[in-house]
Amino acid sequence: MSSIGSDAASDFIAATPDALWPRVRRALPIAALLAAAFVGAPAVGDDYWFNAILIPFLIMALAGLGLNLLMGYAGQASLGTGAFMATGAYATYNLMLRLPELPLPASLALGGVIAGAVAVVVGLPSLRIKGFYLIATTLAAQFLLEWTFNQYGWFSNYSTSSSISAPRLVFLGYDLSSPVARYLLTLTTATVVTLVAARLVRSQTGRIWTAIRDMDTAAAVIGVPVARGKLTAFFAGGFICGVAGALWAFAYLGTVDARSFDLDRSFQAMFIIIIGGMGSIAGSFIGAAFVVLLPILLSRVAGAAFGGAVDAGQLENLQNVVFGALIIVFLIKEPQGLAALLARLGRRLSSPSRR
Amino acid sequence: MTRPLLELRDVSLSFKGVKALNALSFAVDQGEICALIGPNGAGKSSLLNIINGVYRAQAGEVVFAGEPFRRIRPGEAARRGIGRTFQHNALFSRLSVTDNVLAGLIRHSRTRFVEHAFGLPRDRAEERDFQTRAEEVIEHLELSPFRDSVVSTLSYGVQKRVDLARALVGRPSLLLLDEPMAGMNQDEKREMSRFIREANERLGATVVLIEHDIGVVMNLARHVVVLDYGRKIGDGAPEVVRKNPEVIAAYLGAVH
Repeated sequence: MSSIGSDAASDFIAATPDALWPRVRRALPIAALLAAAFVGAPAVGDDYWFNAILIPFLIMALAGLGLNLLMGYAGQASLGTGAFMATGAYATYNLMLRLPELPLPASLALGGVIAGAVAVVVGLPSLRIKGFYLIATTLAAQFLLEWTFNQYGWFSNYSTSSSISAPRLVFLGYDLSSPVARYLLTLTTATVVTLVAARLVRSQTGRIWTAIRDMDTAAAVIGVPVARGKLTAFFAGGFICGVAGALWAFAYLGTVDARSFDLDRSFQAMFIIIIGGMGSIAGSFIGAAFVVLLPILLSRVAGAAFGGAVDAGQLENLQNVVFGALIIVFLIKEPQGLAALLARLGRRLSSPSRR
Repeated sequence: MTRPLLELRDVSLSFKGVKALNALSFAVDQGEICALIGPNGAGKSSLLNIINGVYRAQAGEVVFAGEPFRRIRPGEAARRGIGRTFQHNALFSRLSVTDNVLAGLIRHSRTRFVEHAFGLPRDRAEERDFQTRAEEVIEHLELSPFRDSVVSTLSYGVQKRVDLARALVGRPSLLLLDEPMAGMNQDEKREMSRFIREANERLGATVVLIEHDIGVVMNLARHVVVLDYGRKIGDGAPEVVRKNPEVIAAYLGAVH
């Protein structure tokens, strides 16, 4: 894990003293963020923060990241995020159940690989069709997979209830069931996955993805392997969504339930990347923060303003209205999302002379 | 006498009964610059699209480097060494100039997804090699000031040069240029002509280009093929083709 981290932090260009400083400077904010997340948050956070805010935020950021590789980088629109998350959750559950000797990280990673493989199959039609038609096929996969997990008892170990409680999370003899431990598990996974994703999008694979997204016919003519590029995007996206789904079941809900990975979840992931920024790793996190925090903020504000005069149903409607309006605004005004907005703001603040 | 690098034998193509190319034959020698000229709709772009596999010829065959084919996949054509630029801008608009040029090297890649994901040594070595090669072409085509710019922010003339750089970086043996100077002013055309000549002389690429500006063609090409309504009406050295009465008629007839 540490070797991956240092690999991603140092770029692919050979290290020379001249090139070192800008890279250190670029890595500094990320290092500070990681220190705050790994050391600061556990020191000051309480159970409410971990359970209701930080854990769902990180997991949805991961799901957004998975979809972002697929849709924001490779240009393959998908509404199958929920299905890939469910696949990851059920795969990890069955691995833990049937191969208990596997350590937790291996079960998580293998669950991700299985979700990635399923995503590749779901992505096969992308070799022939694109755009709305592709969305329709991923939508079919969403319904089919959700139905499969509910229909066939084997996936849930023939549990009588459709939601099954997750096995205890244990790693190297440590019990990971406390909120802070589940938070740290989620954070560590998110960090490793994000570093690998960041390296991928800057690598040749990322170049293949963005070339396909920007102009697939020209890409084919200059010898970019278009079919392979689409399928690796489905694999990477499916893998990350699968890991996110497993964490959603084990580290957040504590149960495995296909209903928590329905179409709404797929849409939520799509909103995250539209609001946060398509084709931006940071955008997945910014969008997830927005989507997870906004409902909480809205209910707080409404609670303070109307003192309980507004009921919960109304509040949820209000949320939907706000989200809908925001999606429209972002699609029209800022297709690159909050990430681009913040980047511009940052540039303006750092060079006030050039406005 | 040099051996032809590219030879077309009775190539025909039609779209829904409309003949775009009619039993067309000609040969391009190794190392020459060959210009395809003709009025709009003469079938010039269709011809390039057959050579690099975007279209499939209904009859006839293409012989490239001694190997005949009727149909080739675009990726396969690229791997065999056929480079291509486009009439209408087909760059990767949201990528930087460097990334666009690097994309032209993807077909030479020997590394795989897992190596990219974890930055394994082979990937790092290849990336360094590709960066060096891309940088060389970028400098050569005087694109260094725009190295990190997103291509959609650049002027049309510069974008055309990026397109050429993307095609050149893979060191193609045959370079197909579809109106590389369309919409350029005289200075830009002169510059582009210089780059094309350098690609031909220094990098040894055989060039087939489509161009409307006869002045540019006469200056650049050693061999001119004239098409009109899918037929070949002239083939030879520029000064010979220029005097061909049929060519003159076609050109005068095309003026409205």
